[in-house]
Amino acid sequence: MAIEVKVPTILRTYTGGEKAVSGSGDTLGELLDDVETRNEGIRARVVDGDELRRFVNVYVNDEDVRFTGGLGTDVKDGDTVVILPAVAGG
Amino acid sequence: MRFDSLLDSVGQTPLVGLPRLSPSPDVRLWAKLEDRNPTGSVKDRAALAMIVAAEKDGLLRPGCTILEPTSGNTGISLAMAARLKGYRLVCVMPENTSSERRQLLRMWGVEIVGSPAEGGSNEAVRVAKVLAAEHPDWVMLYQYGNPANAGAHEETTGPEILADLPEVTHVVAGLGTTGTLMGVGRFFRVAKPAVRIVAAEPRYGELVYGLRNLDEGFVPELYDESLIDNRFSVGPRDAVRRVRELLDCEGIFAGISTGAILHAALGQAAKAVEAKERADIAFIVCDGGWKYLSTGAYEGTVDDAEDRLEGQLWA
Repeated sequence: MAIEVKVPTILRTYTGGEKAVSGSGDTLGELLDDVETRNEGIRARVVDGDELRRFVNVYVNDEDVRFTGGLGTDVKDGDTVVILPAVAGG
Repeated sequence: MRFDSLLDSVGQTPLVGLPRLSPSPDVRLWAKLEDRNPTGSVKDRAALAMIVAAEKDGLLRPGCTILEPTSGNTGISLAMAARLKGYRLVCVMPENTSSERRQLLRMWGVEIVGSPAEGGSNEAVRVAKVLAAEHPDWVMLYQYGNPANAGAHEETTGPEILADLPEVTHVVAGLGTTGTLMGVGRFFRVAKPAVRIVAAEPRYGELVYGLRNLDEGFVPELYDESLIDNRFSVGPRDAVRRVRELLDCEGIFAGISTGAILHAALGQAAKAVEAKERADIAFIVCDGGWKYLSTGAYEGTVDDAEDRLEGQLWA
């Protein structure tokens, strides 16, 4: 088993058009490093230095990682990670 | 209860227990029925507060034109207040919003400017900003950045919840403009800091996130993440499932975004049960389901409903 990462339309240029890719790691940061090895360039669009980019939201099992430890958030096999651009509501 | 006018009757909504959906006598859910506001949604609080603040600041004078980007409820609330106070209202609205919302706005005499479905409310905000620059005499209240939006909830919604439920442990609300959560959060951080403030954010179909580049993303100016404790993304499937459960189990007919909020509230309830902790979880019922009947969310299988909501701004 692995961890599924769902990729928004705007980042699929890095995944050969795939809507989801898989990877492994113990933390979100490790997972993104692993995903980067097969999808070069994607990490820099999501992360700037040690932080998520301002207009990107990342959810592990539907919970926003900014409230669970950011890139240090624990991940495990079977989890679903969703990357989405920030959009307005209201 | 008697009021001098409809505008005076905003707020003071009922908080009702959910005995069937609450997992145990120690872990209880409470619904704050914001659909009981004059135009049927929580947005009456923010809309009225923004208008009153603009009048006080001298920005709004009789005969003025108000401009606002909105996916619906804020526009409907502003329309009622504008009609009673004698303002003209122009709303910028994404094209993928329900037809009931458009009909209601037109009924109240609102002029609707459409914005492209792709990009959702981000596009409505962009178009409204262009219009505001073209018409410097128009007053854009701008719910995403107007402190009176959050202020309404700091001064009314939060205190009402605490007065009705002094034992409250969690407040769960939707995250759109972020006004409800910022105001309620700011109130509880002072009045009862142990209360956890939980956000439920709708997750739409891909069309809504179809930005040209990531830098076009949007975070409302009001948003301060230190005022909330957890934030959950809820897709249409869970929202539809929960909004139907709310009706089946407790008789409450709510809009789809309330289903998303209930989903997050039940998640908090399950965590409390697991941790063997007492919890009194208040959540916001944003509006009733009437305006969303045409979306198909309330009939057929959950699969069908989920398909029909694809690409729509359902919250």
